[in-house]
Amino acid sequence: MTSSTPSSRKLFSNELEQRLDELLFASTSHRSAKGIADGLERLRREQQERVLHWVGVAAQSYAEIGYLVATLAPRALERLDAAGFEAWVLAGLDAYDRLGGQHAMALLRDLEGFCAAREHAPAAARFADIEVRLARFIQGLSGRALALSAGTFPHTDTETVFLPAQLASLPTQDGNRRLYKATAALLWAQTRYGTFGSSAVDIQSALARWPDRERALRWFAALEAVRLEVVLGAELPGLAAEIAALRGPWPQELRPAVERLGRADAAVSHSLTFLAECMAGDAEPPLLPHAGAIDIEAALRVRAARIAREAEVVRRALSTLKGFGGRQGAGEQAPAVNLEGGKLEFSLDGEALALPPEAQAAAQSLLQDLGELPPECLVPAGPGAWLPTEREVGEGGGEDALTSHREPHRRYDEWDYRRRAYRRGWCHLFEVALAPGDADYVAEVSLRNTALIRQIRRRFEMLRGEDRLLGRQPEGEEVDVDALVEAAGDRASGAEPSARLFCRRIRNERSLAAMFMVDMSGSTKGWVNDAERESLVMLCEALETLGDAYAIYGFSGWTRTRCDIYPVKRFDERYDAAVRGRIAAIEAKDYTRMGVAIRHLTQLLEAQPARHKLLVTLSDGRPDDFGDEYRGHYGIEDTRRALQEAHECGVRSYCITIDRHGADYLPRLYGPARYTVLDDARKLPLKVAEIYRRLAT
Amino acid sequence: MSADAGPRGIAPQLARIVAEPYYQPIGDEVALFESAHRRRLPVLLKGPTGCGKTRFVEYMAWRLQRPLVTVACHDDLTTADLVGRYLIVGNETVWVDGPLTAAVRAGAICYLDEIVEARKDTTVVIHPLADARRILAVDKRGELVAAPADFMLVVSYNPGYQSVLKEIKPSTRQRFVALDFDYPEAAIEAGIVAAEGGVDAQTARRLVKLAELTRNLKGAGLDEGASTRLLVHAAQLIADGVQPATACTAAVARALTDDPEMTGTLDDLVHAVF
Ligand SMILES: Nc1ncnc2c1ncn2[C@@H]1O[C@H](COP(=O)(O)OP(=O)(O)OP(=O)(O)O)[C@@H](O)[C@H]1O
Ligand SMILES: [Mg+2]
Repeated sequence: MTSSTPSSRKLFSNELEQRLDELLFASTSHRSAKGIADGLERLRREQQERVLHWVGVAAQSYAEIGYLVATLAPRALERLDAAGFEAWVLAGLDAYDRLGGQHAMALLRDLEGFCAAREHAPAAARFADIEVRLARFIQGLSGRALALSAGTFPHTDTETVFLPAQLASLPTQDGNRRLYKATAALLWAQTRYGTFGSSAVDIQSALARWPDRERALRWFAALEAVRLEVVLGAELPGLAAEIAALRGPWPQELRPAVERLGRADAAVSHSLTFLAECMAGDAEPPLLPHAGAIDIEAALRVRAARIAREAEVVRRALSTLKGFGGRQGAGEQAPAVNLEGGKLEFSLDGEALALPPEAQAAAQSLLQDLGELPPECLVPAGPGAWLPTEREVGEGGGEDALTSHREPHRRYDEWDYRRRAYRRGWCHLFEVALAPGDADYVAEVSLRNTALIRQIRRRFEMLRGEDRLLGRQPEGEEVDVDALVEAAGDRASGAEPSARLFCRRIRNERSLAAMFMVDMSGSTKGWVNDAERESLVMLCEALETLGDAYAIYGFSGWTRTRCDIYPVKRFDERYDAAVRGRIAAIEAKDYTRMGVAIRHLTQLLEAQPARHKLLVTLSDGRPDDFGDEYRGHYGIEDTRRALQEAHECGVRSYCITIDRHGADYLPRLYGPARYTVLDDARKLPLKVAEIYRRLAT
Repeated sequence: MSADAGPRGIAPQLARIVAEPYYQPIGDEVALFESAHRRRLPVLLKGPTGCGKTRFVEYMAWRLQRPLVTVACHDDLTTADLVGRYLIVGNETVWVDGPLTAAVRAGAICYLDEIVEARKDTTVVIHPLADARRILAVDKRGELVAAPADFMLVVSYNPGYQSVLKEIKPSTRQRFVALDFDYPEAAIEAGIVAAEGGVDAQTARRLVKLAELTRNLKGAGLDEGASTRLLVHAAQLIADGVQPATACTAAVARALTDDPEMTGTLDDLVHAVF
């Protein structure tokens, strides 16, 4: 903020007034900024700039808050340091997002209260600091992918839980962290325990009764907080107790609700019934710091899309199962669904139908959303048809314009799932040389990670150290007792004893060749690319220590006629300066046509003499290519097919994906391969060597 | 087994299981195993760690009244370790049967635990034993031991391992009748935890709930979720008076990971349940 102005002299009142006028320009208020500017004049320059900055930020939400911040700033800065001032403004903005302008103004005016609370501890918790741990916690609770994201106010659209970037409503940081956890858990519970309806309850029409929808939603959120806490308590008593401790006693207005909704079997319909009573009165819903809000439109939209998608997946899986899709015509028999013991089973004519895992997961998820499976997903699709749920761009469009006239090094077939056949020679593969990058990059990374590299080396040395004792050798460092005993036996029985009486330690022949396939598509730009390069540095250290044969190739491209593969290190190359230069040169380029890259690298790998062959892919999301159908199901099916082909030639694949947003397509995509998802690119360098160690020992 | 090879104890003594081991059947595995035994077919038990494979074999050995010989496989296990070797006693060499040979002679059940850990060349000695021939070649003595009707070979393996070096060869795998094991459904698992761990039904249910939460994290930070074994451990600590949350942290959370971030998450899950 201060950097924009070179001078450090104080701003005078007239200058301040002018800046304030600019910041508060959008305000409908006609008050003059003159008085405020006078108040700010006596502050230090750096304080003045801080105030102006935050006034600007606040005014973007609501000009009145900007005014208030500017007015109260001199007093606030008497009591608060820089961080405190920032927390005070943020708390006001947070209240605005969650509860509206009146609450925000009240909070900001209560400077005494804020300072008192703050004196107990510098207490704000930040989303960025708790995200990873919390995301895993929620994943543990839910079993179905639920992403976390920083948003303005806490709510969920049923696939993402949005939480404020910072929480400071409680006096301690630990308290605020717990508050994050409680808020996230309750939002998860909304998606898990029916807040957004089931096939029996239509929330949209239930809420449509109330003209003051905003008030209805706030009451609804409060009532659901009461209900869900008890529902949670049935299975997760520890969590429910923690939430209860955080919120303190229920406010008076909710006491009747606690009595009526506080049963483990209460459903959303009970909340709705009670809502009617609340709306009949004229009380405002109480503020619950932990409850989050309900954005019903977002939730219902996302939920409906998911239900459609998953019903389609289930229907398609059922249709293709033996004896089901084959029969056509009316009077089609629907499979029986058995829900006993929490396990979902399908059968037809008494014969169990085994759904593939992704369809099983989709069915479970449907059950969570609807409480039952929608009948339409049990009806088989028409002949050979299922509706693609993602927009799929028609074949060929615009593609020829991009066709390059170079002759490819190789052509590869591609799998078209709709035809259930390959398109012959469809992809044109080019091996493209990488221009050497920053010569010092690898040295720099190594320097930065000295401790980690040392640790990796030590670990991998231990692996290498698993030497083998070769018995019955003519010479060696130890006597082979078995051989000696045998010789004694032979001598006793008059046979010629063998002279091979020693053991020799030999280096264990690992006979493993590993190929690393690195995503260089445009989406890796930034963090992911940095992480990929750093992890390659770690990997090379590990593999050099181990002595396994390995190669590294990058891939990217632009349509099927330009699939580029960038050799970084070939199997027969040493880890030398040229290779290091190419690691540095790995950069984000174009698109991700994965299938062809897998096919090409599988071929290279197959030519290796090693007994075990391992293909490791590093990528940052689903396959994708420009302007054609590769995006969506086509790409997923082709990639899956390519991995299957690799498997058939004895190449084992392991796929590492960086994807912060619940990657529900992964089980399908990586069907025949093993995979792992990292939610944070920064973990890649730490994890890759470790993953390799697990794969290769 | 108690391979007590005293000076004259050439054939190791094989233990019989006298008391009925506690085993809670999950599906039709008991009947299948009995059929396989009657039909002299070897059995492969597949499943994640700590889901009751070993216990099942103990139970079946007791049920079929056969001695049980268990060998934990590892990558230094040689053919001689399985089949037998000469020892020097005084000035003479004495042959001692290895556990496999002993089991074959006695018509026992031989259980090779974690077969993938054994070296490939070791694994081959079981091939003639695991097909219609049912013989064991004791090369060093030039002896072929035919397996009696009661002898049964059982191997186990955990398909969750990710190492490409540890896959079971098709020629080995296709000799066996395969039984799939997995963690049982919640109510049954809670029953096992209560019975084995000595805790009340509600505590057992909560432990199983915790396991479920950790199993949701498989592949997302954990290699494996908590096994039934870990739950039994936690239950035993609780039965001994340890606070439930403390017991779970020690017996479950810390046993699953060393990663400090993951540890935090697991603690949160423990505290969500207890
Ligand atoms: N069905 C069951 N009946 C009784 N006890 C069981 C059952 N399943 C698991 N257990 C309990 O779990 C513990 C672990 O089981 P066991 O040792 O048999 O696992 P395992 O499958 O052999 O594991 P590993 O692959 O690690 O050897 C047992 O000691 C027992 O307490
Ligand atoms: Mg075992």
